Amino acid sequence: MTDVAWIDAALTSARPQALGALLRYFRDLDTAEEAYQNACLRALKTWPQNGPPRDAAAWLIMVGRNTGIDDIRRGKRQQPLPDDDHAISDLDDAESEIADRLDGSQYRDDILRLLFICCHPQLPATQQIALALRIVSGLTVKQIARAFLVSEAAMEQRITRAKAAIAKNKVPFEAPGAPERSERLAAVAAMLYLVFNEGYSAGGESADLRAPLCEEAIRLARLLLKLFPAEPEIMGLAALMLLQYARSAARFDADGAAILLEDQDRALWNGKMIAEGLALIDKAMRHRRTGAYQIQAAIAALHARAARPEDTDWAQIELLYGSLEILQPSPVITLNRSVAVSKVRGPQAALDMIAPLASKLANYFYFFGAQGAYLNQLGRHDEARESFNRAIALANTPAEADHIRRHIDRLEDDSKVKVV
Amino acid sequence: MLYAILCYHDEAVVGAWSKDEDDNVMAKLAVVHGKLAAQGRLGPVARLLPTTAATTLRKDDPPVVLDGPFAETKEQLLGFYVVEAENLDGALEIAQDLGRANPGGAYEIRPIGVFHGAFQP
Repeated sequence: MTDVAWIDAALTSARPQALGALLRYFRDLDTAEEAYQNACLRALKTWPQNGPPRDAAAWLIMVGRNTGIDDIRRGKRQQPLPDDDHAISDLDDAESEIADRLDGSQYRDDILRLLFICCHPQLPATQQIALALRIVSGLTVKQIARAFLVSEAAMEQRITRAKAAIAKNKVPFEAPGAPERSERLAAVAAMLYLVFNEGYSAGGESADLRAPLCEEAIRLARLLLKLFPAEPEIMGLAALMLLQYARSAARFDADGAAILLEDQDRALWNGKMIAEGLALIDKAMRHRRTGAYQIQAAIAALHARAARPEDTDWAQIELLYGSLEILQPSPVITLNRSVAVSKVRGPQAALDMIAPLASKLANYFYFFGAQGAYLNQLGRHDEARESFNRAIALANTPAEADHIRRHIDRLEDDSKVKVV
Repeated sequence: MLYAILCYHDEAVVGAWSKDEDDNVMAKLAVVHGKLAAQGRLGPVARLLPTTAATTLRKDDPPVVLDGPFAETKEQLLGFYVVEAENLDGALEIAQDLGRANPGGAYEIRPIGVFHGAFQP
């Protein structure tokens, strides 16, 4: 007997490998996807009777190839038949043969090609993400549309456009050489980071809808790490996602309002994910090849290691933000560093530090939130209120606005106390 | 006799379980664990973090440190139990109970020779 849940999980995990190989074979995204789906239908019919195959991915590739070839023969698609191979009839022999032929590096290049095609540099980021989720992760258009808070029709169109753009541009199908491979790896890592952020930056009320994006990004990051087990930046990326996502149960209250890191109930943090994240960043640091994901993960690790907020090693966090600033100069990073500075050297130092950023971050919600908080700590309540009001005007979600409103409410309380 | 029951499974498959599926398996396993513990036959139980978090030390001179687990196999060591059983048949019975709670993959049953400290379940 084969467990249905097992089949489901096996199909999910084999998807990137099988689809990647079918894409290399058919050189057409739609044909490959259809072939893969047909193979899955066959799997759902035959695996419960015959038991699971020795190598699920190899089985799906072979059956997918055969059904795809049949489709083309029947004239469903106006496409030449791939020439190097013909349909394979004896399942048992062919499966082991294909499994043997597809060694680790072949799988790796297929998956990487698949991911790279989805994050084609000529596509806008939103299309890259949508396509990757549709093709690599196999989420339905409906699921993706819900996660991005757009209509199903709009998302369908976005994905169709992305596919058309890819078909029009010549995408290299040859096995990538070492330089291409590392180039692709960086592009793919950036795309996974975007997928994760899309899910992570959701407001409280839509967290349920977007959690699958975070989980999918983590799953794909682990997959990348398996393909490139000695890449410290991929370890850093996976660690960063795990450490951030570990806090998700504590990030919003029952009303969907954001809870600041220092106010979060740390008992709600996911210990297993934190352990995995810490193990990965520990391992990455040993390589002595710093990168932006590793530094961000190291910062998240310092927060995760603190049993109480007051145990946080802010001095070390400030140093890490300092290195990140050198690596990727950006006013947003300086703004983040100012939070550590305010903890180590007080609110005035933080305020001085962000003063030069005012013009660059004039439309940035977090700038005015942070400015208001520092002013408040210095007892400059009127100026703080002014900053908070500007922050509310720039808030992207109701949860963000609510959060700042609470700060203002606290201001009101403080001034009342003073009057009394 | 003490036995180690080593749990092997395709990590990609276990990693693709949803949280609900995972919780469901763990709940079923907890029932078996409870039974063994009540009989005083359950030693340490561990679920290992993914092999992507593993590091291998090759005992050369100088030692070589490698990323990843030791073996490149389809199924990975994902956890283990230490249990007390009369003989191999008894250990296999326990493993079959565990297997009904967590289908798929394989258990390797290894008698434990030398260990430190008294066995105190």
